[in-house]
Amino acid sequence: METIAIPVINFAPIMPEIILSIFAMALLLVNVFVPSEHKAYLGYLSLVGIIITGFTLIGGWGNPVASFNDSVVQDNFALFFKGIFLLTVGMTILISDQYFKREECNLGELYPLLLFATVGMMLMASGTDLMTIFLGLEVLSVSLYVLAGLNRASLKSNEAGLKYFLLGAFSTGFLLYGMALTYGATGTTRVVKIAEYVAQNSAVAQNPLFVIGMLLMAVGFSFKIAAAPFHMWTPDVYEGAPTPMTAFMSAGPKAAGFAAFMRVAIIAFPSLKADWSDLLWILAVLTMTVGNLIALNQDNIKRMLAYSSIAHAGYALVGFTAGNAEGTAGILFYMLSYAFMNIGAFAIIILVGKKGEANNNVMDYAGFGTKHPVLALAMAVFLFSLAGMPPTAGFIGKFYLFSGAVKAGYVWLAIIGVLNSAASVYYYLRVMVYMYMKDPVEEFDWMKLTPAVAICIIIAVVGVLLPGVVPAFLLNLAQQAVLL
Amino acid sequence: MVPLHSYLILSAILFSIGTIGVLIRRNAIVIFMCVEMMLNAVNLTFIAFSKHLGNIDGQIFVFFVMTVAAAEAAVGLALMIAFYKNRESIDVEDMKLMKL
Repeated sequence: METIAIPVINFAPIMPEIILSIFAMALLLVNVFVPSEHKAYLGYLSLVGIIITGFTLIGGWGNPVASFNDSVVQDNFALFFKGIFLLTVGMTILISDQYFKREECNLGELYPLLLFATVGMMLMASGTDLMTIFLGLEVLSVSLYVLAGLNRASLKSNEAGLKYFLLGAFSTGFLLYGMALTYGATGTTRVVKIAEYVAQNSAVAQNPLFVIGMLLMAVGFSFKIAAAPFHMWTPDVYEGAPTPMTAFMSAGPKAAGFAAFMRVAIIAFPSLKADWSDLLWILAVLTMTVGNLIALNQDNIKRMLAYSSIAHAGYALVGFTAGNAEGTAGILFYMLSYAFMNIGAFAIIILVGKKGEANNNVMDYAGFGTKHPVLALAMAVFLFSLAGMPPTAGFIGKFYLFSGAVKAGYVWLAIIGVLNSAASVYYYLRVMVYMYMKDPVEEFDWMKLTPAVAICIIIAVVGVLLPGVVPAFLLNLAQQAVLL
Repeated sequence: MVPLHSYLILSAILFSIGTIGVLIRRNAIVIFMCVEMMLNAVNLTFIAFSKHLGNIDGQIFVFFVMTVAAAEAAVGLALMIAFYKNRESIDVEDMKLMKL
């Protein structure tokens, strides 16, 4: 047996995780002393933590540091994703307080759990060892199971939490079995060493253990990013979970799943690119088509956005299939703009909704445009961006993803993607038809725009429009980030 | 000395039993037990490989898997209790508030 040498540990690469964890644990303690009508202060405290963490990210750009015997690394790729996660969690916190007060479920545990989930996502993005990636994924998942079922009194929330838990744990089993078989075939869990082993022993590609391991890992990650045919949990969980948590789940963990999936596929198996590209091709087409077709038929707007988020994972998989610089930079850019547009849309859904998750149907938006022209305009911007129309970030992102696919020779895949994107316009425009072209049924007088939600909507509108008009800065960052 | 492939076949069988259990059983707790069985099948695989390769990484992985499984059990059982309080059942057939 080997002896374990105690190495000198450099904590710099996990500084953001450490700061957030400290804040989360402190908030758990502080929570005990905060009366339930003042839980919003915990939200402000966690925003402080998020901003401090954000500042620690900036210094790391451009100089990758690895630590813990190369099992975590803070490179541009990880930093870009960490930025996305911080943005997602920050915007989610801004929209949470109003919703949970209305639902009379004002639990302070919400904020520490969100921060712990963010720590998990960050570990997934910077993990370079299957063990770290697995741990990050589980820290994320366990927090998310609770967040989905947070509204204990609501039957739908109970059901969402339990379904997410059962299916999430099930998919973890597949992911782990894949990791175990890959470990057995290559003798290491370190992503870089797996790549070295595969490069030196090309015969391993014929080893059934290795092939099954790769496939099972792909299945596990597909569950996490909600790619068809492993998407069945998504609509139910997204519909049943509290609305701010749906916003969080559709933007953050999906990006984290992509981060881990990309790191494993691109770094560990570069020489087998042709094999997994074929697999991803099928996944991308299925995911886009299933998501869009079923979304056409949805009346509940949360459920519609759940199917739309499946379709968006499909678009990102198009860039993943291409596997070149444009495609992968496209995924990063798209995940960032998807966070803006999706959380923005959910902020409006929270405003329009009533207690008990009522008023969540597309029909309930009738006449919203005449009663609240500014908010309706913001919703229109988010929906246009989701549909991928210029001049929004959604258009630029899709453009990059599909042009990456064309450059890599996947012309048909890009065509299927564009057709899908055209079909998706129907269900986004349907909301707009109700907002602007139907007579108001209700007065929308229960709506209360709190400053926090207003800030979130403003951030989202700026985040959707600014990169849509001048994308160069963010695209540059994304391109620097994919030089893994 | 039991050869490596016996361990692998055993853990594959255990994993399959767990998977089939998840798919056909209707009680949430039994489903969760089947998931735990899948995780333990994976642990067996890790340890068998670790011994075979003379590499300690697999054993460390097993510790993490066990820890995570314990955390998952805590959260999962809490969710089941919340569900049972409202519905007086933990049958997955009763989880049908949201359908197409």
